[in-house]
Amino acid sequence: MRMRKTAALAAFLLAMGLALGGCGKKEASNELNLFNWSEYLPQELIEKFEEETGVRVNYNTYSSNEEMLAKIMTAPGMYDIAVSTDYMVDIMIQQKLLEEIGLEGIEGVENLGANYLDLAFDPGNRYSLPYMAGTALLAVNTSKVDFDIEEYADLWNPALENSIVVLDDQRAVMGLALKKLGKSINETDPGVLEAAARELAALKPNIKAFDSDSPKSLLISGEVSVGYVWNAEAVMAQKENPDIKIVMPEEGLYLWQDNFVIPKGAPNAENARKFISFMLRPENSKICSDSFPYTNPNAAALELIDEETRNNPGIYPDDSVYAQGEFLVDVGETTVVYDKIWTDFKQQ
Amino acid sequence: MRGILATISPVYLWMVLFMVVPLGLILLISFLQRGVYGDVKFHFTLENYRALADPLYVQVFLTSVGIALGTTVSCLLLGYPFAYFVAGTEKKHHRLLLVLIIIPFWTNSLVRTYAWILLLRTEGLINTVLLQLGWIQEPLQMLYSYGAIFLGMTYTLFPFMILPLYSIIEKLDKSLLEASADLGATPLQTFLQVTLPLTLPGIVAGSLLVFIPSLGYFFIPDLMGGGKHMIIGNLIKNQFLASRNWPFGSAISIILILLTLLVVLAYLKLLGGDKDDMGVM
Repeated sequence: MRMRKTAALAAFLLAMGLALGGCGKKEASNELNLFNWSEYLPQELIEKFEEETGVRVNYNTYSSNEEMLAKIMTAPGMYDIAVSTDYMVDIMIQQKLLEEIGLEGIEGVENLGANYLDLAFDPGNRYSLPYMAGTALLAVNTSKVDFDIEEYADLWNPALENSIVVLDDQRAVMGLALKKLGKSINETDPGVLEAAARELAALKPNIKAFDSDSPKSLLISGEVSVGYVWNAEAVMAQKENPDIKIVMPEEGLYLWQDNFVIPKGAPNAENARKFISFMLRPENSKICSDSFPYTNPNAAALELIDEETRNNPGIYPDDSVYAQGEFLVDVGETTVVYDKIWTDFKQQ
Repeated sequence: MRGILATISPVYLWMVLFMVVPLGLILLISFLQRGVYGDVKFHFTLENYRALADPLYVQVFLTSVGIALGTTVSCLLLGYPFAYFVAGTEKKHHRLLLVLIIIPFWTNSLVRTYAWILLLRTEGLINTVLLQLGWIQEPLQMLYSYGAIFLGMTYTLFPFMILPLYSIIEKLDKSLLEASADLGATPLQTFLQVTLPLTLPGIVAGSLLVFIPSLGYFFIPDLMGGGKHMIIGNLIKNQFLASRNWPFGSAISIILILLTLLVVLAYLKLLGGDKDDMGVM
């Protein structure tokens, strides 16, 4: 009797598991399941798209690429369109998690600037199209720093003791040390990584805080004198506090680009293409960059954006920045080494 | 028989679905290998546990335990006199005083942490007032230090110490204290030899309730400590996100669970295995 009860319970649990697993699969319908970073798409545009096409948009958000990857891996067919950063597009292609983007079914690809197309993570844009881009750069409060900061090595100056905020991001901060050594931010040589770890140890006394969410508030309030932050944060800090100057070291910047991708098995892939075409229209793209001052890869939209923003080198740097800068590349097994160096660095 | 099964099966179902299954998964993954792209390879290995023996990770555990212990001690030192005071006031005031402790906790702890940041930062309220009064010439550097971490942790976990302490001090038989005084003991002797041993279960229960969560709290060290310290919570988070190393993250979680169980076992041993009276309420 008891055995049968246990068996029944086990069968029930199995059925529950299957049922829960089954929830992930969605049938094709007139919907668009959109998966994007939080604070990255104005509500206004979603409403406009719904009104124009009659497609209902389900907007889901995530707070890191890795979170997005985990959800797309465990629930295939759950999302029709996602936004993925450069190195993550590469991983998703390798993992066979993406549908081809289908350039012929998308209108407005010609609006995009050449700097943002055909990049190493997706040659020929078979799987992705650019959404927004940016860099990590230095923001310097000139009223608090009495020497010139021009290159990454200047951050190691003892005069900056306990006065720098850096991104709470292991690859970004490791990149800082690697660039100082004249190496690539995607270095995998153990000897070079060890040297970079020593550089980081020497930098630690100068770091006041690690903050990826809102380092601008530390810059604006004068809590720190220098920040190694995302460009949009530096630009917003500059608007609030005119003493803040943006510095783009000549060794080259850490570049990033977020891209539209269509996950494998997307039930409404056609709606996803409709949405990308909608977003590529200059007037819509402009609305997006008005709300979120990242670099807009849409060259046609640039003409609609106000001159002050367009001429701000922090947002729209000249071509040399793209030539010298580097995108993050997934370092595979070496990720574990990076993590260990990071743990050690924070532990000191 | 059928009636009993119907009553208890929801509890079992709940436990199996939300405890046994997830914990089993974590245990399983902790013995597997990390795939190149952050997936999990079904290949049995003890490597994840072996890697944890590295002095670096031992140090991370020690730092976390250190912060948790410091938080527990400061909660106890502040909480004991407070609980004693509350229990000593007129009965009708008890509820009010306890409610005053609880009320701030109706606000999200993240919001309260940001409030502390506004108070403590270089150009924050405290520095501004002190500078205006002329008591200091240079702003004090209060935020992003160990002190700030302890302050934030102590503040957040304080009620977990107060409530068990209060409940046991309140139950304390006052006639024992009178008897002790009548027999010639000084107040200090009475406290050390009568009050303290009798309230020990409350002290241990409160300490446990503060110690265990503070092992895993990583948002306070991140926000008030400026993210400058690596503690277990951050380490686990990094394995699941930035490093996409789920097997290693799972192994750390398992060790953390074992560590916590050890502390609970020590507690049960200390109180002579009296599981019914956890000293709480």
